[in-house]
Amino acid sequence: MKTIVGLEIHVQLATATKLFCGCSTDYRDDEPNTHCCPVCLGLPGALPRLNRKAVEYGLRVAKALDMEVLEESEFARKNYFYPDLPKAYQVTQYDKPLAVAGTVEIEDDEGHEKIVRITRVHLEEDPGRLVHVSGGSKYSLVDYNRSGIPLLEIVTEPDMRSPQEARRFLNKLRTILEYLGVFDGDREGSLRVDANISLEGSVRVEVKNISSYRGVEKALTFEVTRQKNLLRRGQTVTRETRHFMEGRGITTSSRSKEEEHDYRYFPEPDLRPLRVAGWVAEIDLPELPVARKNRFMVQYGISLNHARTLTGDPKLADFYEEVAHLDPALAATWVADILLGELNYRNMSIAAVPPGRIAELLGLLKSETITDAAGVQVLREMLDACAAGRPCEMPAMIVKRENLGKTMGDDFTATVQAVIAANPQAVEDYRNGKSGALNFLVGQVMKETRGRADPRELGRIVSESIDIGEV
Amino acid sequence: MAGSLNFLPDDRYNAFITTCREAPFGDGALAGVAVAVKDNISTAGIQTTCGSRILEGYIPPYDAHVVELLRREGAAIVGKTNMDEFGMGSTTETSAFGPTRNPVDTERVPGGSSGGSAAAVAAGLVPMALGTDTGGSTRCPAAFCGIVGLKPTYGRVSRYGLVAYANSLEQIGPMARTVEDASRLMSVIAKYDPRDSTMLDRPYDHQPSADIAGLRIGIPEEYFGEGVDPRVAETVRDAIGVLDNLGADTVPVSIPGMQYALAAYYVICTGEASSNLARFDGVRYGPAVDTRKTWHEAYQELRQANFGTEVRRRVMLGTFALSAGYAGRYYAKAQVARRNIRQDFERALRDADVIAGPTMPTVAFRLGEKTDPLSLYLADILTAPANLAGIPAISVPCGRVDGLPVGLQLMGRQFEDERVVDAAFAYEQEVRR
Ligand SMILES: [Zn+2]
Repeated sequence: MKTIVGLEIHVQLATATKLFCGCSTDYRDDEPNTHCCPVCLGLPGALPRLNRKAVEYGLRVAKALDMEVLEESEFARKNYFYPDLPKAYQVTQYDKPLAVAGTVEIEDDEGHEKIVRITRVHLEEDPGRLVHVSGGSKYSLVDYNRSGIPLLEIVTEPDMRSPQEARRFLNKLRTILEYLGVFDGDREGSLRVDANISLEGSVRVEVKNISSYRGVEKALTFEVTRQKNLLRRGQTVTRETRHFMEGRGITTSSRSKEEEHDYRYFPEPDLRPLRVAGWVAEIDLPELPVARKNRFMVQYGISLNHARTLTGDPKLADFYEEVAHLDPALAATWVADILLGELNYRNMSIAAVPPGRIAELLGLLKSETITDAAGVQVLREMLDACAAGRPCEMPAMIVKRENLGKTMGDDFTATVQAVIAANPQAVEDYRNGKSGALNFLVGQVMKETRGRADPRELGRIVSESIDIGEV
Repeated sequence: MAGSLNFLPDDRYNAFITTCREAPFGDGALAGVAVAVKDNISTAGIQTTCGSRILEGYIPPYDAHVVELLRREGAAIVGKTNMDEFGMGSTTETSAFGPTRNPVDTERVPGGSSGGSAAAVAAGLVPMALGTDTGGSTRCPAAFCGIVGLKPTYGRVSRYGLVAYANSLEQIGPMARTVEDASRLMSVIAKYDPRDSTMLDRPYDHQPSADIAGLRIGIPEEYFGEGVDPRVAETVRDAIGVLDNLGADTVPVSIPGMQYALAAYYVICTGEASSNLARFDGVRYGPAVDTRKTWHEAYQELRQANFGTEVRRRVMLGTFALSAGYAGRYYAKAQVARRNIRQDFERALRDADVIAGPTMPTVAFRLGEKTDPLSLYLADILTAPANLAGIPAISVPCGRVDGLPVGLQLMGRQFEDERVVDAAFAYEQEVRR
């Protein structure tokens, strides 16, 4: 049974000020209702004044997704009552959106490239936020700091065929938005998704209120299972709106009448129609993920996998380019495989790592001053210092202090002897041709010497020691 | 020199909702001049009710752009004038604060919705006042009270701080006893404000001139037809004769779209109003909602209790006109009619420089005379077209019928407010002599 998924994504544009007033958008660490003015509070008489930057950001996205920007687009009022909506209407775009008909390329479940079509993108204002008072209070509080934050709504065609594809699409979209510099995914609540999902031949269900990337896959997976189970039991799927309960990973029906809105859209009389198609030619797009990935493979000679990982986040790609000069392949392995893993483990951002230090570390590895194992140790020391807010020491200092410099094999003779003496069974196994035994013995020596020795050289020394029968 | 004005008016006509006993003023073009402001224009620190219970006690934290400009030019803002609730009416009788009486005849209405401003000027309590005009709300009370009222070109005066009734139609405009004073006030308030996106940077800075030799005055038959009191029509024709004698030429013009003007006007203004007034829910200002109820219920009850009958009627009409399945039949058709009327005026104003006719089809009604909303809506037939077309229009007193004032209405091309002011000024100067 084919799964059919379409998404509506609301992203907060990373402008400095709100969509229709001069209030700052940087409200997340501040007291409620401190980033407000007559306009975003919807006070009687206040008028919207369109933020030019938000329009430019929207157009950047439209250009990057290869969309057609309408000659004339228009803002409209979407009328509904809700306590977080101070004017009782949301200024959005309705039948004349900013741009239509775009594409995003993703990988399907078989690893082939496929196109997800973008129906439209439009600008709108975020409502305020209700804060529910705990303890069964009879009222809620309203925070208007978020009111008027510019949103870009991106609507796709129903082109995705699995929850995993939907997640890959979102990751791709997020990467593009971050490359364009119009979106900061690290801001809490900066992305919200409504998903339409149906099984082929059955009706469509809308799942609202998904506020994370992982949530989308989870919500859709739950829906696929739920709908399949219904059909298997001979029941029918109801056409409805469901809410995603992030905490429990389930969707629940919202059978409320409040969902059946007649929004009474009409053109916003306080704003003039938008004629900005001419701005598109002026927009210089940065290099986008696909182009950068291809360039990385050609320019640095690195693998598709490394190129894809490194360009998956513009900050990571920038970082790589800063440290790649010495040895692009070595740098790719260390940044994409080792550094990224260590960062994930510490829940750290690449922004916290000084590229100069990593370049120095790569220098030590390239000149074979230290072994890979010692390199990992040095890296961990540096990251721990960064994470704790301490200054990041030079790798050479750490090597010196911790005595991690690579030592020639002869210096380990005593250790080798001790290990051979302590593991007669392994020695016996090696003599009987079991190659795994040699690796075991080398590993024991590595452990004793805290990774300072080159494992290949150690292998030679251990085997020679056994062969010449010193034991 | 800056100071403060003691303002203790004998407000026997109920022209004011709020008065400021001590009104500070500064230096500038209007230094020390007492100016009354209609109560739908935001004044920082002074209650602004729009003539409605639902905004009682609301003190705006900011000044409307026009109020900033008044203060900058030294004017003393002495009070907030009575009005039909949210501007919805032509008599000032729908105010939650009681009707205003016409100083010319206290048994008559002052017109509306800027009836308080007109009465305050006509009674001599202030030399000038601000009104607002959505479908005739400065011109109608000016005509009924025998003063001058101007509706500027749409986009010439900032609406920032004007509590919206019908955004695409309304403008703030000056009201005064003489054309010269109205023009003076217009020079102060018509200055560019980037906060109003529907505004153009076309400041008004004009000294009225009475030289109208060669001015072509268009006479639309539709303004003298059915529904217009023949004695009012006659008085206005006489006034046009005065302009003719001053060297102007009259030409017949036609506005065929007029027959749909009122229908289009009421669909558009009620549609926009239904959206604008939805925010009055008792959460942030005005009487507070009952938090023991669900918010749906609480909103409903608060709005039911605090909006007047006419406001509720128009909100419901507008909600209907915009609702799914009907918007095409009403809202979309109204936009077509509006476009036609605008084109009619453009065409007529190629043959003529200004268009002249009566401001109102009759003289002022008796208090309580108009009880049927439809007959009241018909009273806007001659004023609403200028709002649909966005053109400037002025009403200047031009004689009396049964002892009650009649207004001559002069309309012009977009952004040619100066020309209608000059024509009105020429008439006024001539009859004053
Ligand atoms: Zn604001």
